[in-house]
Amino acid sequence: MKGTNLGEFEEVVLLTIAALISEAYSVAICDEIARVTGREVKLGVVHAVLNRLEKKGYVNSHLGEATKVRGGRRKRFFTVTHAGKVALTRVKQQRDQFWSIIPDFNLKMV
Amino acid sequence: MKGGKEHIPPRWANRLLEWYCRPDVLEDLQGDLHEYFDRNVESRGPRAARLRFVLDVLKFIRPYTVRKLEILNHITTTIMFKNYFKTSLRSIARNKLFSAINIVGLAISMSVCLLAITFITELKSYDRFHEDVDRMYRVNNSYQFLEEDANHFASTSIRVGKRIMEEVPGIESMVIMTRGFGGDAKVGDKTIPLNGVHTTEDFFDVFSFELLRGNPEEVLVEPHSIVLTDASAEKLFGEQDAMGQLIDMGGDTPYRVTGIVKKAPHHSHFKFESLVSFSTYEKARAKNPEQTWWMNWSNMWSNYVYMKLEEGVTQQEIEARLAPINDEENEKSDRVTIEASLQPVLNIVGGPDLSNQLGESIGAESIWIVTGLTFIVILSAGFNYTNLSIARSLRRAKEVGVRKVVGATKGQIFTQFIVEATIISMVALVLAYLLFFIIRPEFLNISPELQRMLLMESTPKVLLMFVGFAVLVGYLAGFFPAIFLSKLRAASVLKDVTSTKLFSKVNMRKVLIVTQFTLSLAFIIAASIGFKQYKYALAFDLGFETESVLNVRMEGNDPDMLTSAFEAIPEVEAISKSLMIPSVGNLYSSNAKFDDPSDSVSLYYNSVDENYLPLMKHRFLAGANFVKTASDKEEEVIIVNEQVLKRFNMGTPQDAIDKYLEVNDDKLRIVGVVEDFQYTTIQDGIECFAFRYNPDHYYMLNLKLNSTNLPATMDKLKAAWKEIDEVHEFDATFYDDRIQQAYSEFSVLFTVVGFLAFLTISIAALGLLGMGVYTAETRLKEISIRKVLGASEKSLVGLLARSFMWLLVISAAIAVPASYFLFDSVILADSVNRASIGFVELFAGVFIIFTIGFITIGSQTWKAAKSNPANTLRTE
Repeated sequence: MKGTNLGEFEEVVLLTIAALISEAYSVAICDEIARVTGREVKLGVVHAVLNRLEKKGYVNSHLGEATKVRGGRRKRFFTVTHAGKVALTRVKQQRDQFWSIIPDFNLKMV
Repeated sequence: MKGGKEHIPPRWANRLLEWYCRPDVLEDLQGDLHEYFDRNVESRGPRAARLRFVLDVLKFIRPYTVRKLEILNHITTTIMFKNYFKTSLRSIARNKLFSAINIVGLAISMSVCLLAITFITELKSYDRFHEDVDRMYRVNNSYQFLEEDANHFASTSIRVGKRIMEEVPGIESMVIMTRGFGGDAKVGDKTIPLNGVHTTEDFFDVFSFELLRGNPEEVLVEPHSIVLTDASAEKLFGEQDAMGQLIDMGGDTPYRVTGIVKKAPHHSHFKFESLVSFSTYEKARAKNPEQTWWMNWSNMWSNYVYMKLEEGVTQQEIEARLAPINDEENEKSDRVTIEASLQPVLNIVGGPDLSNQLGESIGAESIWIVTGLTFIVILSAGFNYTNLSIARSLRRAKEVGVRKVVGATKGQIFTQFIVEATIISMVALVLAYLLFFIIRPEFLNISPELQRMLLMESTPKVLLMFVGFAVLVGYLAGFFPAIFLSKLRAASVLKDVTSTKLFSKVNMRKVLIVTQFTLSLAFIIAASIGFKQYKYALAFDLGFETESVLNVRMEGNDPDMLTSAFEAIPEVEAISKSLMIPSVGNLYSSNAKFDDPSDSVSLYYNSVDENYLPLMKHRFLAGANFVKTASDKEEEVIIVNEQVLKRFNMGTPQDAIDKYLEVNDDKLRIVGVVEDFQYTTIQDGIECFAFRYNPDHYYMLNLKLNSTNLPATMDKLKAAWKEIDEVHEFDATFYDDRIQQAYSEFSVLFTVVGFLAFLTISIAALGLLGMGVYTAETRLKEISIRKVLGASEKSLVGLLARSFMWLLVISAAIAVPASYFLFDSVILADSVNRASIGFVELFAGVFIIFTIGFITIGSQTWKAAKSNPANTLRTE
């Protein structure tokens, strides 16, 4: 496991899972990221990231109920674990810290 | 999924995904891809969606999705092998009776299979010693008269050989051979019979027979050149050098030995004592330039053409070239169609049955029969193993359960049971190999042909095949029980053994037993019908008497000299001369006409002298025997059978006397009519037959003996023969023995099938014994309780044996009608005279099987029923 660092995309995915609450499964996550950020997201990338997050222990997953769509295959739903919440909070705190020491004028739009 | 039609992703891509993907990742990934696929179908259309699906499946091949290689598992299996081996040996040793039954049963049937393997491998090894044998072909002819069925011959015409040489490209070398060289070879004062073939000079380019002396390019060029094999050279010249020596064959010019060739290897379909240059044959023909028959397209009875094709040239290419030659030649004849075609030399032995073979051959048919029968036998033994193993699996189930709890996978359990089966079959192989040496001479004794053609040696290749075969048998026999046991669930087995559905396999076991006994019964019935048919044929009243008649082949000696020499022996009662021996399968025929010149019939005949008919005690209906005439007189009288009268409406036998029958353009006067008699083997009916009086045509002497001391008489006869002919062996056979030989197919049928019947019965009985023991053991407690409650021993035996006896009844119900039908409507359907298939033949086998079955089952159940219930119930 590569430390506890949260990559940029990993952070986005983790936030999306948290935002979707109980509806977070791979395809929904893709759609949500695309809606919010406007960038095109590939399923393969998200899938790989979810796998990595699970290995790092930031998310848990469980299989849902079988439905008629998706060729009868069940969905894998993700939830953010405690460790995931801690990691997210830490990232936010680090950002806030930086924000708080940046002088106002430096961010003025030109 | 709007528009009604449902689109599904490409199946193969789905399969691929399932194959490579880790099981724990598979389901939701597959679902995701399906969801995307459905979306894409709506947004971009089904085609694009499919393509995308495939691409996605390929893109998802990543380290984290791909299954772990199962190499680790394999390593464990290998390590576990030692353990499997050990536990297998223990389990074999623990179940001594079952193991013994399995091993003996397998060994018996495997010995037959070893025989078949050796037989087939040996046939397949024929002719392989030739270089480039895969490019060697023989020209075969098919001969069709009008619209009749074509007959196939291994021989062909000289003409086709010559035409191919001149017109067909793509042939590296070819050779034309003609049979018919032979006679008594004289060297100094030695005379030895010598046979051979005439062959063109490229003989040694086509074949790889080893020329020991002489130049292969020259040995067969000059007329009257002869190449001897080292064996015949030694016979003729002894220690002397044969090269350049002259051999007198009785013609004008002696033959000069130009080369010595090594005796043909045993595995050559064609063997020879000597080779004579083809120019000798051509020179002899050239003496009568008006005779051109030998170059005819239809002179195809004793010539052989072999060729070696150039590399890359196929049989089809040459045959395509042959087709126009065939058409052109056949146009000249309006009745006969003769087609030449090629046959690979490797396909000669064990290939199709052809007439006029140059050497000997065993047809593909016999290979199929041998393979089929051995397959049945090994199947039967394999059934036994499967059957007993499943029956015993109740006892092994706990072991499997424990192994599974400790962590064995299905594959490992499977391997363990396969290993056990293979060990059993390897042990059986050792036993089978010993049995193989016992039955090998018996097999070769079946027919003299087999004896001449086969060595049946265990070469390393064959031994390797034996081992491979044993492993295969072990695998196949163990496959079903192994699958079955490896599927058991550990939890349910350990909790309660009886709750597992072991006995759902009971039906299959019954089917196996029924199959085995049906086969055994069919074999017994076949053997007994064959035996009856054989006895019937031997006892058949032929219409004349053959008792103590000795037939002597004259070998070209003067009949009168032989007659007077034999007459001097007091035990010889009478002597007659004849062309051939009837009733043993040979026939001579000619055309006969009566009043109507357009109505001709084939008339079978035998040429005999005036002593023959009384000696054989043929019964005259009218007229009288031939009267002795001077031997140089033209043939003018004939004696016919009743069928001739019927065929030509000649009226009563008395009416027919002195009428004239035209046989091959000669008018012959009927001087006698004999009662119809069986002149062929009894399968065929009686047609027109005649005795002709034709003194030039005698090959056999028929001696009626009246001897109390046969060996002494035979010695006297031999001595008399030696006085006259020193070259040839005294070739004499009793008529009755010849008849026995003529029906040897029946004796072969019942010995071979009888043997197989014995095998299958012993195997089936072993299997039944095993099942009996098993049933008695597992139901011991039930029996004891029944006994305590007052059941009699007899009723207990009945209870246990009943279900088995039912199986036997079912097998009998299948086997009896099936084999009756097979013999009545198929095998013996064409036979005119045949023994009826009686109750005894059909049900003797059933009786035997029932007795054996009852003894095996009864003995076990009796033992169980006799046991003291106190002993069995106390241990609970």
